[in-house]
Amino acid sequence: MKDLFKRRETSLFVIILILAAAVGFRAHDFVTPGNFLFIFKDSSILFVVSIGQFLVILTGGIDLSVASIMGFTGMSVALLDKVNPNMPLVVIILAAMAIGFVLGSFNGLLVSALNIPPIIATLGTLSIYRGFVIVLSGGTWVSADQMAAPFRDFPQASFLGLSNMICIAIVVFAVFAVFLHLTRKGRDIYGIGGNMLASQYVGIDVKKTNFMVFALSGILSGLAGYLWVAFYASAANDSAAGLELQTVAACVVGGVSILGGYGTIAGVLLGSIFIGVVKNALSMIRISPFWQVAIQGFVILLAIVLNTVLDRRAQASMLKRRVL
Amino acid sequence: MTGQKSGTETSARAGTSRDGASRTRAHSLRNLATQWEMLLVYLLVAVFLVNSFISPYFLNAPNLLDSTFNFMEKAIMALPMMLVIICGDIDISVASNLALTSVFMGMASAAGAHTPVLILVGLVVGSALGWFNGMLITRFAIPSIAVTIGTLSLYRGIASVILGDGAYTVYPRSFAYFGQGYIPGTHVPFELVLFAVLAAGTGFLLHKTSFGRRVYAIGNNQTTTRFSGVNVDRYRLIAFTLNGLAAGIASILLTSRVGSTRPNIATGWELDVITTVVLGGVAITGGRGKIWGVALGVFLLGFLQFGMGLVNIPGQVMNIADGFILIIAIMAPELIRRGRAKASLSARRAAKAP
Repeated sequence: MKDLFKRRETSLFVIILILAAAVGFRAHDFVTPGNFLFIFKDSSILFVVSIGQFLVILTGGIDLSVASIMGFTGMSVALLDKVNPNMPLVVIILAAMAIGFVLGSFNGLLVSALNIPPIIATLGTLSIYRGFVIVLSGGTWVSADQMAAPFRDFPQASFLGLSNMICIAIVVFAVFAVFLHLTRKGRDIYGIGGNMLASQYVGIDVKKTNFMVFALSGILSGLAGYLWVAFYASAANDSAAGLELQTVAACVVGGVSILGGYGTIAGVLLGSIFIGVVKNALSMIRISPFWQVAIQGFVILLAIVLNTVLDRRAQASMLKRRVL
Repeated sequence: MTGQKSGTETSARAGTSRDGASRTRAHSLRNLATQWEMLLVYLLVAVFLVNSFISPYFLNAPNLLDSTFNFMEKAIMALPMMLVIICGDIDISVASNLALTSVFMGMASAAGAHTPVLILVGLVVGSALGWFNGMLITRFAIPSIAVTIGTLSLYRGIASVILGDGAYTVYPRSFAYFGQGYIPGTHVPFELVLFAVLAAGTGFLLHKTSFGRRVYAIGNNQTTTRFSGVNVDRYRLIAFTLNGLAAGIASILLTSRVGSTRPNIATGWELDVITTVVLGGVAITGGRGKIWGVALGVFLLGFLQFGMGLVNIPGQVMNIADGFILIIAIMAPELIRRGRAKASLSARRAAKAP
């Protein structure tokens, strides 16, 4: 079992390398350190949100509202910064995470307390939260020159020679790797996705855990919402719209089972980088950006079908081994 | 996924409840269903009253009939979506299917095709895209939500690859009839009549044929239904293909009504279609729902949105209302059911006590 996981991630890593080499052959600008840095920065936003999506998918749910949460928190903190330019950045980032937590908790309540299927609940909040963005902004946007310098420069700055965006991705990776693998709560998440009924019988609080994953997804989306607005230096009404599908793609490409219970944080990281490389490569070899959505859909479908087929084969071979 | 889960839940519950208890539960559920439809009627009347209070022009026959233009395409898509949801599945790719089908009709029209060919293109492409969903779902046993999230992105993506930021705007003059025309000699829109006919057909299929009974059975317990000798996957495949066909019909109507195709046509409509079905009293976990409820849901949501338009609520804000309506529509029956279970439990306790 462990070998299969390992093979999945190494093969994805090799695929990314081959893809990068092939694109680099066509467009020499692609293989510059500057461009790779841009890809990693760009992917780190996707990675942060995808971790939230990953936690929800692990329990067997899905969170379609992540991009709307990002849009709303991004707009909120941009307006907050516009009104109080002297507000410390730490407060802004904490505010983004707090707003994300509130919106994520609402999803969590709908799913855990009211038994609404996650797909339906978050399909509803996807449009509710996006509607809130328009109400909040009154249809206008916040542009770069209306943002305070520290707010706008944070994603471009670096810490100990490493870009802040990449630092944040590393911290998120480390925190959630520890959480998922070394804490009881983290193992509960895998348990629920693997077999909900069995988890309930061994005493895992399924409702509480369901609530928790949505709240965490909200917090991470809130953080990513700030990063998005600061990185692209504008808070528009449709910022990050459609990103929810990219997070699902990053997860399934990374080998996370859409049924829950199965997947690794390293897989999600590689999945996010894969999406980032594809996105960047398209513009580098001058393929129309209109291809992006179609390719994304194709990649999602292919990854899901492959995951299902491979999982089944792995299970079959395990059974065979046991019989012999 | 939902289908299987609800299946195990139902069987687990049926295992613990005794005969008499399950009979009363079935009875109270039937009660709940009729009450839900009565509630929809009351709400519809309320919406009518509010709308006519807002605008003096609302409550006259031609205006009322004309206002149905705004939601008949969604209404037609809601009909087979009902089959899909009763089976315990879901299809969130319908709006993308509509867009891609519209792009194919635009290409055909640009190549000089006449109206009958355009109709054929719409029906065939729509069904084919729905069939493709169903094939992936049943052949690989992948949850419908996962597959249709992928095709939501894929179909819309192909539409924008083909069109870029352009648009097809040239359609034959006779093509305009389907989305804009009236039944000759009356003021009844063709779209409304088509919906009535298709709704009657769906109702017959669901409530009067063995096909329909099996669809309910699949939604209630897929495993049992399979072991009873029903080819479950074939029924689900048919449901998804019909769903695609309806997206094709809706695409014909909408393209004809607005007279152009852009890649972002009908974006977000899957939310309205699913909301309509759920509002109509179809259980999102499958196995329950009536055509009358869905028909009422169509007009309730349609006139509600029309009323919001009357007071100039912008579309994006209307989405907030739509989202809340969806959540409330799912929540309400669950809460009512819980309240009832509690009431009947305490009643039984009171009866037991001497």
